[in-house]
Amino acid sequence: MMTLFGIPAAALFGQLLLGLINGAFYAVLSLGLALIFGLLNIINFSHGAQYMMGAFVAWLGLTYLGANYWVALLLAPLVVAAFGIVLERTMLSRLYKLDHLYGLLLTFGLALIIEGVFRNLYGISGIPYAVPKELAGGWNLGFMYLPIYRAWVVIASLVLCIGTWLLIEKTKLGAYLRAATENPALVQAMGINVPIMITLTYGFGVALAAFAGVLAAPIYSVNPLMGSNLIIVVFAVVVIGGMGSIMGSIVTGFMLGLLEGLTKVIYPEAASTVIFMVMVVVLLIKPAGLFGKGA
Amino acid sequence: MTTNSVTTPSVGSTKPVSRQAIFVGILLALGLIAPFAVYPVFLMKGLCFALFAAAFNLLLGYVGLLSFGHAMFFGWSAYITAHAAKEWGLTPEIAVLLGTFVAAGMGAVVGWLAIRRQGIYFAMITLALAQLMYFVALQAPFTHGEDGIQGVPRGHLFGLIDLNETMNMYYFVFGIFVLALFFLYRVINSPFGQVLKAIRDNEPRAISLGYQVHRYKLIAFVISAGLSGMAGSVKSLVFQLASLTDVHWHASGEVVLMTLLGGVGTIFGPTAGAYLVVTIQNYFATLGSWVTIIQGVIFVVCVLAFRAGIIGVLRPFLKKRGIEA
Repeated sequence: MMTLFGIPAAALFGQLLLGLINGAFYAVLSLGLALIFGLLNIINFSHGAQYMMGAFVAWLGLTYLGANYWVALLLAPLVVAAFGIVLERTMLSRLYKLDHLYGLLLTFGLALIIEGVFRNLYGISGIPYAVPKELAGGWNLGFMYLPIYRAWVVIASLVLCIGTWLLIEKTKLGAYLRAATENPALVQAMGINVPIMITLTYGFGVALAAFAGVLAAPIYSVNPLMGSNLIIVVFAVVVIGGMGSIMGSIVTGFMLGLLEGLTKVIYPEAASTVIFMVMVVVLLIKPAGLFGKGA
Repeated sequence: MTTNSVTTPSVGSTKPVSRQAIFVGILLALGLIAPFAVYPVFLMKGLCFALFAAAFNLLLGYVGLLSFGHAMFFGWSAYITAHAAKEWGLTPEIAVLLGTFVAAGMGAVVGWLAIRRQGIYFAMITLALAQLMYFVALQAPFTHGEDGIQGVPRGHLFGLIDLNETMNMYYFVFGIFVLALFFLYRVINSPFGQVLKAIRDNEPRAISLGYQVHRYKLIAFVISAGLSGMAGSVKSLVFQLASLTDVHWHASGEVVLMTLLGGVGTIFGPTAGAYLVVTIQNYFATLGSWVTIIQGVIFVVCVLAFRAGIIGVLRPFLKKRGIEA
């Protein structure tokens, strides 16, 4: 068996791949958080719950409507985004003039409700979701076995992240968005409907989370609690990266996922805490975050 | 005879103070007779969470810092006290003090890190650090992982008073609660507390007035962490158990809920909120995750429509009668 640094190469690359996949989820989720934070100035604590909802909508669609994976990948984000938009219009929009902390508390409460409802209905043991047959199987790369679905998750997330980055940095719509992040009152005065932009941005951020949830469904089982532990790690990722830059969120997410995978091989006991420790170090060296500006 | 004639005029001349004294006196009396009417373990659980919420409220209500990681102090000091009482055989008062000091020490480190950022980032950092400490608790051998530390001996207070007697335990907990709440009251109404409120209301201004804002925030954080730890320590003696439940982020969320529901920035609000939440937990315990849903709904309702909280709503009414709540 081939070894690298005394570790079997297959195990090393296997864990790195898993790390990359986790990193993809961190990137997509922190990207959505950063977008929402930029325009709404709230931290969306229900992001994890909405990720979980994405997975559940995919599973429900498959079970009750016979909607396959590809339909779910398209529709689940839309369904969850519609749900998010209703939340934004009916509740979040009442809080914009208040302290930002209220937005955090409200979305925390919403996360508790959503998770509680799904736990009541489906328990906590987790429901399997089959890998779509087009992506089943794997390739033997010589040094490791690469399941096709896992490669697909990494590629799809990368495409999504880069697509979002292009949308925000290179299009006119993105320019409006960036302008509204800087100065909503001025953008409104230019005749652009900022409240609708805010609503759609929240919907888009939520859709990203749900998309990640659908991607995650065949890898991790569909579980009402799958989002709540993930979201805390994503918060740490956001603190490390700083929410100032879109590309920063993406890069930080993938890097930290890889680091976590690497830790699992070298020192498994620290795998669940390594990201938090990185956060401590970053706070000591660069409190604003690696890509952040100001406080 | 002479003492009577001295005290009477002073009571008459400062009427608002005496109203306050009567109000506090009634509350104290209620606390003293309560275990004869209500299940004492329920009361003790409420007192532990009330102290936890009051300590948390010092940060949220008087410095404007939302910590989403206070469970780490609460849960970890429970482990420390449980371990000290069970494995080292320390007396309960020493075990509780040890838990309190460890929590205050943790608070110093966590606070030092977290106050580098403000607002939402502060909340996320405290939450992430609490999750770090949760994983440490999950893996450290002395915490016994999922089992927790069970069968913690309550011991004899000062080596004399047997705390296995429920009433003795109740008055021990009640005494700690009253002392801690009085301490918090003094902190809030001291010059130090005034500076904290100035930081809450306008931090740049406090800085320009020459206050070392970071130092004030850190001291407040340490006090809050220490007293949260004291609450956790006492709880581990009451239930003779220290478990992962108390270090989980759910506990951090619950203390926020208690404070919000009772009234942020009020003295008795956290106590009211804590008893309400504990009551809900007890009534709906058999319904499993319904407790979570109900807590979520209370969060949403409080944030949208009831931001002053119970005591916050009653406050103007009480103030008219010379009572500060």
